[in-house]
This record gives sequence, structure tokens and C-alpha cells, in this order.
Amino acid sequence: MHIIVPIKQVPETSNVKMDPETGTMIRTGVESIVNPLDLYAIEAALRLREQLGGRITTLSMGPAKAEKALREAVAMGCDEGILLSDRAFAGSDTWSTAYALAQAIRKLDAVDLIICGERATDGDTGQVGPGIAAALDLPVLTYVCHLQPAEDDGIRVRRLVEGGEDVLWSPLPAVLTVVKEIAYPRLPTLRGKQKAKTLDLPTWGAKDIDAKAELLGLKGSPTRVVKIDKPRVSRQGERIRATDPEGIERAAERMIEFLRQRQLVSAQ
Amino acid sequence: MTWKDIWTLSERKANGLHPVSYELLTRGRALADKRGARLCAVVLGSGVTEAEGKELIARGADRVYVVDDPALASFRVRPHAGALKHLVETYRPEVMIAAATTTGRTVMPYVAMQVYAGLTADCTGLDIDPDTGDLLQTRPAIGGNIMATIRTPVARPQMATVRPRSTPEAARDPSRTGEIETVQVPPEAMATPVRHESFEPDTSQEVAIEEADVIVAGGHALAKEENFGLLQELATLLGGSVGASRPAVDRGWQPYPRQVGLSGKTVAPDLYVACGISGAIQHLAGIQTAKNIIAINSDPDAQIFSVADLGIEGNLFEVIPVVLEKLKKEMESA
Repeated sequence: MHIIVPIKQVPETSNVKMDPETGTMIRTGVESIVNPLDLYAIEAALRLREQLGGRITTLSMGPAKAEKALREAVAMGCDEGILLSDRAFAGSDTWSTAYALAQAIRKLDAVDLIICGERATDGDTGQVGPGIAAALDLPVLTYVCHLQPAEDDGIRVRRLVEGGEDVLWSPLPAVLTVVKEIAYPRLPTLRGKQKAKTLDLPTWGAKDIDAKAELLGLKGSPTRVVKIDKPRVSRQGERIRATDPEGIERAAERMIEFLRQRQLVSAQ
Repeated sequence: MTWKDIWTLSERKANGLHPVSYELLTRGRALADKRGARLCAVVLGSGVTEAEGKELIARGADRVYVVDDPALASFRVRPHAGALKHLVETYRPEVMIAAATTTGRTVMPYVAMQVYAGLTADCTGLDIDPDTGDLLQTRPAIGGNIMATIRTPVARPQMATVRPRSTPEAARDPSRTGEIETVQVPPEAMATPVRHESFEPDTSQEVAIEEADVIVAGGHALAKEENFGLLQELATLLGGSVGASRPAVDRGWQPYPRQVGLSGKTVAPDLYVACGISGAIQHLAGIQTAKNIIAINSDPDAQIFSVADLGIEGNLFEVIPVVLEKLKKEMESA
């Protein structure tokens, strides 16, 4: 079983600071991490390898420093890592990113399964996984919360969809995007860290993946970001202090009154 | 042949149209009127009724394209993407919007890749240049900390998925007229080896948070999973569902489907009660269309107060039990 896990290096954004003047992210002092949602994809791949044997190749497109993300994936247990790095990739939107990743995957032999995180925490699009599948003309199963090997060399998955779970069977090769419910990601092991330190990670450029230059980078991207704003949110309401028993009593009274006035509460 | 018309991809559920289809018509109608274009609604499914087509026309569509095929009975990407690609290549829409649901967010990138279209995910705002037809797509990014506006200068169609509940449903006008066209798609375009075996409804909560009229949500200050019982009690009394902020979901206290905010679900309930939620900007942006917001937080500087209609500055573990007690009395006496 050869499993490919495309990953992305992203800024640590859970406590992101924004510049109030420009509306852009303050990047100084912001650490680069493996997209947290990709860790679930790595974990799913590792568990599948434990069941079926085989190997896991992780793939990342980005600047030279994205190599660190690949080494973290290897430290968790991935077997190999390939960095896609080339000036020609700069400025890629989701279309061009999916195209480049798909071209790289075409170069790998005997691919059975491609497992992606649901989305990256910086772009938040979730489009690259289905895009890779479309470029390779493979089935894609998105929002997968459970997967297991199944009959006829296929897989059976549960997709977490609105109002419940869909159960589907797919032959391989296929592309999956997984959600957090799939399995909690493990920490890197000492042995993995040692391997990650010394493992040779090849860097592939546009020529290595036979990509058409006109489809790469900003030039190949159908979309353009034309403006960045801060989200606008505010409404001015009343405020009650409930820091002593009297205040609590008053606040609770007022809340009930508020619910009644706005017809948000009714007799059972 | 030039690219024309504004399209919406209707969403279906087991028996008929999902109401998010009408939200798309609200968006689509505004774009079509500004551009002076036709609004066309696409319906992909099996056993599509004429009533569905008529409903889409009553709610703003000028034309409805129906693909009715057993291959489209449940969602599998290739049949749906194959049918949509066939329609796009045949009729060449200038703009196509779909709901940012698990279906829309799967089929749209698949089709966009295969027809070389620009696609913007999860838009909260759409506008169109009446002269060029360029779609201005606004969406949250970086965990909802910024809003980015995106254009697709050359590639057509311009595709976008739109946040459910970010706009009201289009009203019905039974006097509106339009055409319904059933389109035959070659079977090979919809072929797939993937089998849909079953759908298992989530019974853990009666109403999904994105559908709930009342949401009682908890954040970091809840401190542990068991404490959500208190919120559940309040939610039950108010006839609502429990939601959670990203920190509470990240810590495993609540499952991801209950996550509220641009990082989870955008919600627009009649009442949103935020308990112990500090109010990260992505959370605030995800609840801003709620009709009424009550915030309970011990930190007087918590950002959540900036969007609250009623802000209660206090410890939720002290305030909520008193509210529950009074609320029970109120409901008994009513």
C-alpha cells in the first residue's frame, strides 16, 4: 500500500495578531507549523499502514523552509518526503496548487491512496484535495471520519455530512479528505525524530513534474486576491454586572425579561 | 459562444429541495439583476419533481435545468461533477454559485479543476461588475481574522461557494414565470465505481446547530466536558441546541459539528447565548447575523460584549443556575 499525504506549512494562527491599520497578519514572531488538520491525515495514513503494511510519502509545496514540515511528518512516522519548491510555483491559488501536487503524484509509482486534511487553517478553502482528485481523474471522498480496508481491495468510509454520516465503498486508488474525528494524531517518536534529522528529502521543481509553465504560480491561477479587510462586527447593547449575589439576581431577572420581550421564551 | 447567465446549484435532500437552494436564489437574483442576466437554477438528482422546478421559478429563477438520473440519487462526486461539467460546457454560465455544504465544497472544486475555472470557497459576500461581469467574492481567511475579496479576471465560469445562512431565503412569488428544461447527460459522464451504501442520521442532537432557532454555546471558560450539561439544560428549556467555540472543540469537550464561527458553522439563530466565550473575531463574524445575542462572561473586556444585545458580566457558573431557576418558574406560570 503506497499512501501519499500532501501537507502544508502554515503560520500558527490560533492566536493570530492582526495589524489594525493594514488589516494584514503580523508575521513577525509567528511560528510556522504543519497545518494542524493535516496531522489527522498523517495519523490516518499511519494507522492504515499499521494494518496493511506499505509506505507513506508526504509531499509539500512551498518555500525551502517548508522542508521542516516534511521532517515533522517523517518524525511522526512517514517514510519519505518530497518538497515541491520552485519560483514558478509562487502565488499559486488552489487550482494551480492542486495541479502541481497532482503532477508530482503522477511521478510516484503505484499510488493507492491520497489522504489530505480537510483544509488548511490559513486559506481555509478545502479545495485542494478535491482538486487533486479531479486533476488525476480519481474518485474523492471528503469529510471522512472513519475508514477501513474493505472487500475487492477497496475501502469503506464514513463521511461526516449535514445531519449524519454517509457510508460509501470505493475502489483504490482514491483521494480522501479527513476530519478531526478520524483519529487523534500521535506525537513524533524519538526514533522518528532521529530519522527525520538525517533523511534525504528531494526537492522537485516545475521541470521535474512535467508541469506546464502557463498553469503554475500566479500566472496559472484563475483567481486574484484584490482586497484585504478586517471583518466588521459590532452591535451596541446593554451591560449588567453580575459579580455579587444582588447583581446576579438582577442580571438573571433582566435576562428573563429580555427573552420575554423578544418572544424567545414560551410556556411548555 | 460567450459566457452568460448566473447559475445556482440547488441542493437536494431526501425528499425535495434543501432551503439553502433559496438562499442561493437570493444571491443569484441580485447578481443577475445587476448584470442584466438570466438567473438559472440547476437541479441534479433522481426523481426530481416538476414542483421543485416551479418552486425555484417562484423564488426567482428564470430557467431551471434538471438532470434526473438514478446515478444522482445520493451524493457521489463523479456523477454529480460529470453532470455539472456537461451542463457548464453545453450552456456556458458566466457565474455559478453553490452552497458551501459538504456537497458544494466537494463537487465545485472537482468541476472547477476540470474546466479551468476560478473558484472561491465559503463566500459571505458577492457582488458583480455590471459591465465586465467580474464577480467580486468576499470571504473570510486566516481563521476568520481577515476578509479577502477575490476576482477571477479571465477564466470562466466564475465559481463560488456561499456560506449557508449568510443570506435570507428568496421569497415566493407564485406569479413568476420561467422555463424548466430537462437535460440528458451521457451515462458515461456520470459513471463511477463508488457505491453509496447508507446514510445514518445523527441522533445525538435533535437539531443541527446551523438549523437551530436557539443556540446556547460554551467556550474556554467551561473548563471541562461535563460542564456543558449546564448549557444543555438551558438549551433544552429554550428549545435550542448546544454549540461551542473553537477552543472548546479543540480541547475535545464538544464535537466539531457543534463548532460555531467562521472556523466551524456560520449560524443565524433567533437567539445566541454565548457563555464563557471570549469572542475571537472569527467567532464574532460567524454569529453576526443572529437576531439576538446574549453574552455571559467574567472578563469585562471580552470582545464578545461588543456584539451582544445583552451582556452579563459575571461567572457563568453563578449566573446560569439562577437563570435556570427563574426560567422554570416563568415557564410554569406562563
